[in-house]
Amino acid sequence: MDQTGHTTLAEWTPGDAAAVEAAAIAFREELDRGLFAVVSTGEGHAEQVRELPEGAELVILRRPIAGG
Amino acid sequence: MSTAPVLPETAAVYWRPRLDPARLRRRELGWTLSTFAHTIPFLAVAALMLYLEPLSFPVAAIAIVHAWGIPALYANRGACVVRPRPRADDGSERTALGLLGDLLGHEARELHARTGLALERGGLGVWLVGEAGALLVRPGGRRVDCWCVKVDADLPSADRTAHLLLALREDEAGFATVANLAFSGGTWRLRHRLPKPMRPALAAARAIS
Repeated sequence: MDQTGHTTLAEWTPGDAAAVEAAAIAFREELDRGLFAVVSTGEGHAEQVRELPEGAELVILRRPIAGG
Repeated sequence: MSTAPVLPETAAVYWRPRLDPARLRRRELGWTLSTFAHTIPFLAVAALMLYLEPLSFPVAAIAIVHAWGIPALYANRGACVVRPRPRADDGSERTALGLLGDLLGHEARELHARTGLALERGGLGVWLVGEAGALLVRPGGRRVDCWCVKVDADLPSADRTAHLLLALREDEAGFATVANLAFSGGTWRLRHRLPKPMRPALAAARAIS
């Protein structure tokens, strides 16, 4: 999620090793920038991930929150 | 795949004990006592003035206004956490709304479209997530806690809400630990301070809390 609403950083399918590798690199770069990766795990639940979950339908990168 | 059971942002507020239901109840009790402490002395002064000299009613009236006004100011501060901020340009807002809509169920999506607040059931109560804060309607619907919490970035409104919603879903107690409690008190008190378009969201949260 960014200033444009959201940007697709990478798309992959579990069987496509090159696409998975490219997605994993993009994923790692964003985590290094301080973002957190989240996958939905059912209604009302989400889980933070630190490695690209190949089987996930959608991985969302979010920024840290802080008390206002 | 590794999982983090605790919201990572809690590390930034290491001095705060992690919130749990008992700790939250104690904080709410503190707010109630604080409200009494602000209210009772003014009411007592008003009663004493009227008892000693009925003609002093203007002074008594001023004391009563203070007794009413101070908690109302706190409630206003609570309502501020969900007041809408300036919007980004239409294109990015639409894109962000699409993603937020994907995260919400049909009813919550419809409620967000009407009120700007995303409804989320949690273990502590029913949450109404805005773009710079969240309301927690406690079980029974009579008390609401207002949490000030934000994303430090120039983002569309719906994106800010989505960030908060995801963090809340990751770790509800951690979310409330990171956030600052701006107000805790009667739902009726907050309702009058909320912008009118947001009030149906509060009613919906009360109905299911």
